[in-house]
Amino acid sequence: MTQRLVVIGNGMAGARTVEEILARSKNRKENRNEVGGEGRIPDGNEVGGEGRNPNRNEVRGEGREPGEGRSAEREARRSGEGGGDGGFVVTMFGDEPYGNYNRIMLSNLLAGVEDEAGIFLNDLGWYADNGITLHSGTRIERIDRTAKLVYAADGTATPYDKLIIATGSSSWTPPIKNINNPKRGYHQGVFAFRTLDDTRGMIRYARDHERAVVIGGGLLGLEAARGLQNHVSEVTLLHAMGHLMNVQLDERAGTMLKDSVESRLGIKVVLNAMTTEILGKDRVTGVKLADGTVIDADVIVVAAGIRPNTRVAADSGLTVERGIVVDDQMRAIGEDDIYVVGECAQHRGEMYGLVAPLWEQAKVLADHITGSDPDAAYRGSKLHTKLKVAGIDVAAMGLKEPETDDDEVIVYSEPKKGLYKQIIIRDGALVGATLVGDNSKAAGLIQAFDRGEPLPDVRAELLFDLGGAKAEVTPGEMPDDAQVCNCNGVSKGAICGVVDGGCRTVSGVMDRTRAGKGCGTCKPLVQRIVEWAAGGEAEEDPAASWYVPGVPMPKPELMAVIRRYELKSVSSVFDKLVPGGEHDAKSKMGLASLLKMMWADEYVDERDARFINDRVHANIQRDGTFSVVPQMKGGVTTPDQLRRIADVADKYGVPMVKLTGGQRIDLLGVPKEQLPAMWADLDMPSGYAYAKSFRTVKTCVGSDYCRFGVGDSTALGIALEERYQGLEGPGKMKLAVTGCPRNCAEAYVKDLGVVAIDGGRWEIYVGGAAGAHIRKGDLLTTVGTADEVIRLTGRFLQYYRENANWLERTYTFVPRVGIDRIREIVVDDSDGIAQALDAAVEEAVQAYQDPWKERAVPATPGQFRTSLPLTVLPQVPVRA
Amino acid sequence: MRNLGPVDDIPLGEGRTYAVGDDMIAVFHLRTGEVRAVSAVCPHKGGPLADGQIDNRVVVCPLHLYAWDLATGCSQSGQPAIDVYPVRVDDGQLILGV
Ligand SMILES: Cc1cc2nc3c(=O)[nH]c(=O)nc-3n(C[C@H](O)[C@H](O)[C@H](O)COP(=O)(O)OP(=O)(O)OC[C@H]3O[C@@H](n4cnc5c(N)ncnc54)[C@H](O)[C@@H]3O)c2cc1C
Ligand code: FES
Repeated sequence: MTQRLVVIGNGMAGARTVEEILARSKNRKENRNEVGGEGRIPDGNEVGGEGRNPNRNEVRGEGREPGEGRSAEREARRSGEGGGDGGFVVTMFGDEPYGNYNRIMLSNLLAGVEDEAGIFLNDLGWYADNGITLHSGTRIERIDRTAKLVYAADGTATPYDKLIIATGSSSWTPPIKNINNPKRGYHQGVFAFRTLDDTRGMIRYARDHERAVVIGGGLLGLEAARGLQNHVSEVTLLHAMGHLMNVQLDERAGTMLKDSVESRLGIKVVLNAMTTEILGKDRVTGVKLADGTVIDADVIVVAAGIRPNTRVAADSGLTVERGIVVDDQMRAIGEDDIYVVGECAQHRGEMYGLVAPLWEQAKVLADHITGSDPDAAYRGSKLHTKLKVAGIDVAAMGLKEPETDDDEVIVYSEPKKGLYKQIIIRDGALVGATLVGDNSKAAGLIQAFDRGEPLPDVRAELLFDLGGAKAEVTPGEMPDDAQVCNCNGVSKGAICGVVDGGCRTVSGVMDRTRAGKGCGTCKPLVQRIVEWAAGGEAEEDPAASWYVPGVPMPKPELMAVIRRYELKSVSSVFDKLVPGGEHDAKSKMGLASLLKMMWADEYVDERDARFINDRVHANIQRDGTFSVVPQMKGGVTTPDQLRRIADVADKYGVPMVKLTGGQRIDLLGVPKEQLPAMWADLDMPSGYAYAKSFRTVKTCVGSDYCRFGVGDSTALGIALEERYQGLEGPGKMKLAVTGCPRNCAEAYVKDLGVVAIDGGRWEIYVGGAAGAHIRKGDLLTTVGTADEVIRLTGRFLQYYRENANWLERTYTFVPRVGIDRIREIVVDDSDGIAQALDAAVEEAVQAYQDPWKERAVPATPGQFRTSLPLTVLPQVPVRA
Repeated sequence: MRNLGPVDDIPLGEGRTYAVGDDMIAVFHLRTGEVRAVSAVCPHKGGPLADGQIDNRVVVCPLHLYAWDLATGCSQSGQPAIDVYPVRVDDGQLILGV
């Protein structure tokens, strides 16, 4: 009989448990349909991925990317699901207004290494596809165990046959004076770090502020502090205990970690810091510590621990101690029809605050509730953690200190390098390990720890690669249900299933299974398993080498066929080169740039292939207005130019006038429809501050005025900009010329930087960067004249334009190709293409037209019509 | 039913915004010649969808590059859906509504 299953809490445990239950129901149904069922038991293990149960893989693979064939599948599932044969009709309630996302990736989201789209585990389509009714943004207030009803905050009552409580935890707020505001929960500027909304709020607020304080020096606090550095310039971490991560690390490891966090990341750490008060009237201005110290801050993040959400359970009469008490089948004590899973569950006295235990709990729960294994029992989990902070490796598992005199302790410590490794062995088995500063052995240690595997006699092999036989087990020796990715709960069997199903690339397997997408520790193991399952070598992910995602070809091949078929417009490329002729919005801009580079003035310019910035020659801002940056060659201007800019700013009421890092003036907040008139009034050429193109040449004062100057940097900068202005490419090209090695114009960190040195000579550096990524450029060569600088600059830029991937900046391109190889080609002409490069760049230079001249007549109808309700739009008369 | 004017007001492969009553609607002219109409304001951070790039299936918001299906309004990345409006071309005129 079909049963009504209600789940309270649509988080990581709730959604995962439902996935496990669905997998078992499907297995059952299939087995019944298959004559003889091939003896496959509905164990629901991820082995199900081995091609016999394709559904499970599809469910997981598809949750992210609604592809073709979906609606057919949806139909099939709807009719098959809950069809009166022991299946469930599932209803889920979630307090948060979203489908289930990967909470642990909030750290990556804050740090800017993952975007929101990348953290969703189950999008709304997944619920629909599986016939699940999701009430997102709906809180359950009470359970009536007798009538078997749950009551939501909106007053509705929903009946259940079986109930799962997966309410997780909330961030705990320490009792600090003034931390709350009666009207808005937290004081303005104070944030918790638990939900997507918390993270969004934090990012939004931090963007406009400068100094952050994080309260709490555990895993979460450290990840928050690191993430905040992405948004503010100063971050201080306050920890109430004597060393960081005191739950997982001993004092020595904690001290080492503090040194690294301070010296490498530049986060200030204050230990033994009891925060007593939040300062500031309407908004936060700082915090006060017990010893009277005041630390100024305008953003405060509280990461001082979590408390399980047990109120609903307690109010409804379930047994609650620290968490909701469960038996080994994950049922609330004394209840036949109520299960509990995840952080809110208390099992054999233990509470867990990590995801790995909940994968195990979800399996047991699903085995039991579906009846596929009535004897399934959860016996507790072994814990290991890893800090998800780039550049600071910390992994910890089991004991942090020996407990008995018989415990064998092996320690390696190299404080200067911030390296600390400790393992604790009891009766020949690994019972604890700590790694700080080097995680390379983490995966092997976790395996040995989880499975109690025998350890090598030479204990040092556990800590270092000694060059002998590998201590780790080979993929072939691992059982199918061995967990490979603990962050996302993916087994070896699941990975092999996807490989058997035809996906033979590491990145493809990672996308489908999500293995390796959390903390990343397991990536090497995932790679080894994919290689093993693929019978030797994993295939290179072909898509990784494509120039744009929508056309299946790497750049050289793509350029060759474009030439062969003389494809001069973006739509002709899709029509001719994509099987099925499918156009792809996200590939258009890259193709437009490539075709323009290849065909110069023969390029057929389809305006829709351009990004909005290139359609209206201005940079779109967050409110849909644009910014206008006139050209100012070499950062040199005149009173007349300045006066004109000032007049224009006045006339159009420009909300913000700002000096840019590229030594120009930016007029921000300009509505699209005003752009042409402003350009006309300015009567200056475009500064190309919006395109993937040659941007600026930053210069220092140079030899004319500067008492240190040895070369005329300003004149050379102006000449370079004059020549290569507007040159488009796969990425931005920012240049600088500096008149002496003091490097005032920051030439070492530019895509191409020129430095004057003694004797009238110039050094040329390429591949530098000083944005989100910082890299000192590599010395390409040193030349004797400004003319040579100009020529080699053009040649290098052309080589980059022809060979870099779309959006690949020189700081990736140069190390990828190798500076020696680039020097051979560009300086020594080893390949004999220098002349061709020079000619090609010359052609591009000749094709230059100032786009701001495109203003008298719009290039397309409504080119400058507003797209936002900023001003009154053409009102359409309403007819009946 | 509302006449939004000539379809040629929208260049092939681009979108334009129309104010219809109190609604802001972005209408797109696909390269196949078909048209699609969706809500004009991106549900993520209010980006102007008509300024986004499209293909025959999706529109990509110009601010953060999230994509929505033009036929169903569904997000491809866990964002809330956008509204979809019926729209067609009749005798060179854009007709909104059924
Ligand atoms: C920033 C961050 C980083 C982390 N990093 C890691 C890591 O690297 N490794 C690791 O193992 N773990 C990590 N964790 C911990 C991990 O995310 C949690 O252990 C996991 O999410 C617990 O899952 P859960 O389903 O029990 O709780 P949750 O995922 O919190 O889900 C509970 C859901 O129930 C909802 N809910 C609560 N009460 C009600 C109600 N009455 N009615 C309706 N809905 C309700 C909540 O809104 C929530 O959506 C991290 C956590 C955070 C916040
Ligand atoms: S274990 Fe962290 S990503 Fe796999």
